[in-house]
Amino acid sequence: MSPNNAISVAGAGQPAPAARTAWRFSWSNLGEVLGIAPFIIFAIMFLLLPTIYLVAAAFTSKAGGFTFDNIVGLGEPLIISSFWLSIRISAASAAIGAIAGLIIAMAVIRGNLPGPIRSLVLTFSGVASNFAGIPLAFAFLSTVGRLGLVTIILKTVFGFDIYRSGFNLLSFWGLTLTYCYFQVPLMILIIAPAIDGLKKEWSEAAATLGAKPWQFWTNIGIPVLWPNLLGTLSLLFANAFGAVATAYALTGMSLNIVTIQLYAQIRGDALQNPGLGAALALGMVAVAGLANVIYLVVRARAERWLK
Amino acid sequence: MPEEFLRIDNLVKAFAGNVVVKGVNLSFSKGEFITLLGPSGCGKTTILRMVAGFERPTSGTIFVEGKDISPLPPNKRQIGMVFQAYALFPNMNAEDNVGFGLKIAGVGTEERKARVEEMLKLIGLTGFGKRFPFEMSGGQQQRVALARALAPKPKMLLLDEPLSALDAKIRVSLRQEIRAIQRELGITTMFVTHDQEEALSISDRIVVMSAGNVEQIGTPFEVYNKPATKFVASFVGQLNTLKAKVADPAAKTVAIDGQVVTIPALPASARSGQDIALTMRPEAVSLANGQERDILLDGTVSEVNFLGSVIRLKVKLGENAIELDTFNDPNAPPPAHNQKVRVTLAGSDVLVLGE
Amino acid sequence: MKRNRIWAWIVFLIGAAYFLLPLVATLDFALRIRRTGYTLDAFTSVLTDPRFQATFGYSLIIGLCTIVAGVVIVVPAAYFVRLRLPQLRPFIEFLTLVPLIIPAIVLVFGYIRLYNTSSILPLTGSALGTDALLIFAYVALALPYLYRAIDTGLRTIDVATLTEAATILGASQITIITKVIFPNIIVAVLSGAFLTLAIVVGEFTIASLLNRPAFGVYMQNVGANRAFEPAALAIISFVITWGAMGMIQLLARFAPRTAARTD
Repeated sequence: MSPNNAISVAGAGQPAPAARTAWRFSWSNLGEVLGIAPFIIFAIMFLLLPTIYLVAAAFTSKAGGFTFDNIVGLGEPLIISSFWLSIRISAASAAIGAIAGLIIAMAVIRGNLPGPIRSLVLTFSGVASNFAGIPLAFAFLSTVGRLGLVTIILKTVFGFDIYRSGFNLLSFWGLTLTYCYFQVPLMILIIAPAIDGLKKEWSEAAATLGAKPWQFWTNIGIPVLWPNLLGTLSLLFANAFGAVATAYALTGMSLNIVTIQLYAQIRGDALQNPGLGAALALGMVAVAGLANVIYLVVRARAERWLK
Repeated sequence: MPEEFLRIDNLVKAFAGNVVVKGVNLSFSKGEFITLLGPSGCGKTTILRMVAGFERPTSGTIFVEGKDISPLPPNKRQIGMVFQAYALFPNMNAEDNVGFGLKIAGVGTEERKARVEEMLKLIGLTGFGKRFPFEMSGGQQQRVALARALAPKPKMLLLDEPLSALDAKIRVSLRQEIRAIQRELGITTMFVTHDQEEALSISDRIVVMSAGNVEQIGTPFEVYNKPATKFVASFVGQLNTLKAKVADPAAKTVAIDGQVVTIPALPASARSGQDIALTMRPEAVSLANGQERDILLDGTVSEVNFLGSVIRLKVKLGENAIELDTFNDPNAPPPAHNQKVRVTLAGSDVLVLGE
Repeated sequence: MKRNRIWAWIVFLIGAAYFLLPLVATLDFALRIRRTGYTLDAFTSVLTDPRFQATFGYSLIIGLCTIVAGVVIVVPAAYFVRLRLPQLRPFIEFLTLVPLIIPAIVLVFGYIRLYNTSSILPLTGSALGTDALLIFAYVALALPYLYRAIDTGLRTIDVATLTEAATILGASQITIITKVIFPNIIVAVLSGAFLTLAIVVGEFTIASLLNRPAFGVYMQNVGANRAFEPAALAIISFVITWGAMGMIQLLARFAPRTAARTD
């Protein structure tokens, strides 16, 4: 159903047959129309129009005409390198987050640990996955910053100066490490139901058929979890790619990632080119959007299997 | 004399202080189909799972073909198992599911394929090989699960309430199929269920259990007609109860609503004037239409259930009420509601069971 | 089985260390503001700061407005889609996923361009207008979760059957909505509300781009200028987030369920 159809549906007094079924407006349907009107109006004003506007702006030159120049302008080395940096940080934190999250989720759900541990971990993951941005940056500064607790303990108790050895919180790996604080819990939250879905009967059936635990995992466990793992990896990637506040609080403008670029652009038009800013945004949407779409598609397929 | 295949000696299982299986002794012969029957919580599934290796006995031993299998993990016991929830591997089609045990055992592709075909034929699902579990009905999935369990030629087959999740009609047809396949293969089988009709119809012997104890072991005929305890009598089949007073213990007579009758099953410990419960099956009672036996009682029809071939009547006798079954007769309509009738039964059909 | 357990414990403990260490370190940092030892001075300094109170209050109010706006937008839509307009479902669900596909910063970029002083709807021209923009931006941010929570709540109570049952018993539309539907979804609504609050209170990016005096902006400011207060703020923020999520967990226990169990 196209947005235009929706607009005419929401407009009172106009007969608007929907694309899929014959829904006719009449006064008795007024309640329904009024009911979904706020949603539709909101979606148009604050979801669809801004997006459409940005897409259009990406192709608009300074003079106002249609142009590909802005898109071409994305090929500038500074911008390419910022995209590449963002992709690398997102991929790194997604991969580490996914693996660590999977291991922890498996340990907690199938590791025969005492009962309350599972709900404790899940609740904590719910909180931690929302604990991003400024406070997270502060927390990591207090932990492994130059004057952080762990830094100081390692220096005084173990004589090991991590900063002398090349570690720096305000860097690629420092940011990745910080991102993991919300990536790992997000992974745990999303993959936990999938691990729960690995019915106990399957591993028991496999055992009666002679399979050792590793054979169960290679033949049944991992293949069943695989779509979910891939999908969640994608989601984690998109999550990191779109993050701004944490990076800003930690590294200010120094780390040249796409979101910081865009942020600077919106604040003060640093690139002196509104069209280029829009193109930058479009580029972001393309990357993050693709990753999210992969997640949604894969999740839908996985659900079909495990009916 | 068929050899002993499975022996369970004094099996006990306790979960955190709660004793679920209280010292059970069982012996199966090779090729027997034995059902563990009882209400939920009676311990039957726990025993099955201990035989499979998924639970460790608190004490007691399990012998298969003379060898103690307790130290063996489940994947080394060569036992096939069918679960209530089918448990087919969702990422594999029927063929791969059935062939899984063979693949693990290292059987070659050609041989495996042949065996899978053979098994699919056995369960009547030739051509279903490429179907995935979500493309099959419950009954089909369970048959594939059965084929999967039998494909690696296990020594023994365990079925944990395999029919409980299925529709009523499928349940009946599938249980016959399971029994037929079992007979054909001659494999020793342990079947767990809470459905007494299922147990009665397909078992060689039934082990009736309650609260961790074995109440009775016997053939369906024995368990039904000669129940050892009140529990067995009421759990297996329908049971009628009549309240009576002991009249003369020596002569084995009791008084039912004043009428004095002889009950051979009256125990020697009965005392005169004692209240006693007389139990009998519905088929032991009939309407006194000319054919009268030693006990005759008058009452009113309180319920008429026309079940097709059988008519189940509930008759009020004073403060008692009993159920009786009569066959449908096209020429003789059943009694009407509130009609006065006379029922008759033989004193020898009466069981006197403890509380 | 035993070996499994040991590995599980090791993993759990390593994970716990990674997650608890920063919290411990932050608390320690916050308490060490005076050379003399542990004091709560950093916390008092923050809590008595008029800017803290102002911005925190502002963010709370914005959060509440977001919740109200979100409920007004989502609840009727979810209800009618479920009950009367199932054909619109794919479309509506797609819309609720747009904020997940398009990063927040991009959406705000669009708002600023679209609704600035030289457009039809000059929202950025006034403080109140910009506040409204902020609220709607947050509604967009919270939309996927809000919709999911309320839609799941409606499905769990099988709103279609409830409505039919109430109608047969003679209830009017209004009665159905107020006496049957709303009391049963209030738990889902509150869940969504707490999540929204958690998202809004600490949010920085959108608030700073729209130049509003929000709590997130204040936190960033303190971080740039002070050494120990940021740690105290981080702890406060964590406690608030934990509180909100804890409420959601608590509410989940009170969620009404009428979906029958087919045992």
